[in-house]
Amino acid sequence: MIIRAVSSFILGAIFATGLAISGMTQPLKIIGFLDVFGSWDHSLVFVLATAVGVYYIMFQLITQKRKPILANRFLIPTRTDINFKSIAGALIFGVGWGISGLCPGPVFATLATGTPSVFLLVIFLIIGLYTASGINRLK
Amino acid sequence: MEKFISNTAIINPIIGGILIGLASIGLMLFNGRIAGISGILNGAIHFRKGDMLWRVTFITGMILAGAVIYYFNEDYALIEIRRSMWAYCIAGLCIGLGAGLANGCTSGHGVCGVGRLSNRSVMITMSFTIAGILTVWVINNFFGGVI
Repeated sequence: MIIRAVSSFILGAIFATGLAISGMTQPLKIIGFLDVFGSWDHSLVFVLATAVGVYYIMFQLITQKRKPILANRFLIPTRTDINFKSIAGALIFGVGWGISGLCPGPVFATLATGTPSVFLLVIFLIIGLYTASGINRLK
Repeated sequence: MEKFISNTAIINPIIGGILIGLASIGLMLFNGRIAGISGILNGAIHFRKGDMLWRVTFITGMILAGAVIYYFNEDYALIEIRRSMWAYCIAGLCIGLGAGLANGCTSGHGVCGVGRLSNRSVMITMSFTIAGILTVWVINNFFGGVI
């Protein structure tokens, strides 16, 4: 339990460091990446491609193992359905991403800068998550 | 060409991308979990018993690493876009609601899901990227880049 929490802490720190080095913590760069009809900033393509590439290769190796190092089993999502709710959610998420130039990872990686706008965004992000779980419980 | 292969344009994104990929797969290797930030947060704010600590420490690790980086380089997270406080409220709401309905965000679907070659994650990632592109286009073309 404790060692799992410690490994998780270290991985979170590495994750945030990766975001900072890659430039994902700069909203201007995210907006530039999304501005394909204007002055497109291609640099984030390399971030995503590298991260996905590393994950893809390592995932093949890791899932050969019977179980994770510190837990009893791999919790890998099994859902394959592409329904209205998830696409609608993705579109809504994209609007927020485009407005702020931030997504949940960079939000936490930049929280310590003490920027009021990021704090405000986190509060509403949490309200949004609670709202979504209310909607998810409806049926 | 020199501009194209500059540190900020390619080298740093690749180094950062490798770290993001390693941290994400590390959470699977050690804890057997998907490294989706909105999912990790969602579990934490619903106070799921016995499933809290690793979520809180992951997010704490992110925040503290951010603090250390900020200490050495204040420019790493320059918020220099022209957005009002209202815009951040609406953005936060959209990000939370959207990630909650889609069961994930840029990390869970965009990195881990696409990395697992999940069609569902690929569709969701394409959808939020298209919505983000259109949103930026609308803001830049109809609102002069300021909202």
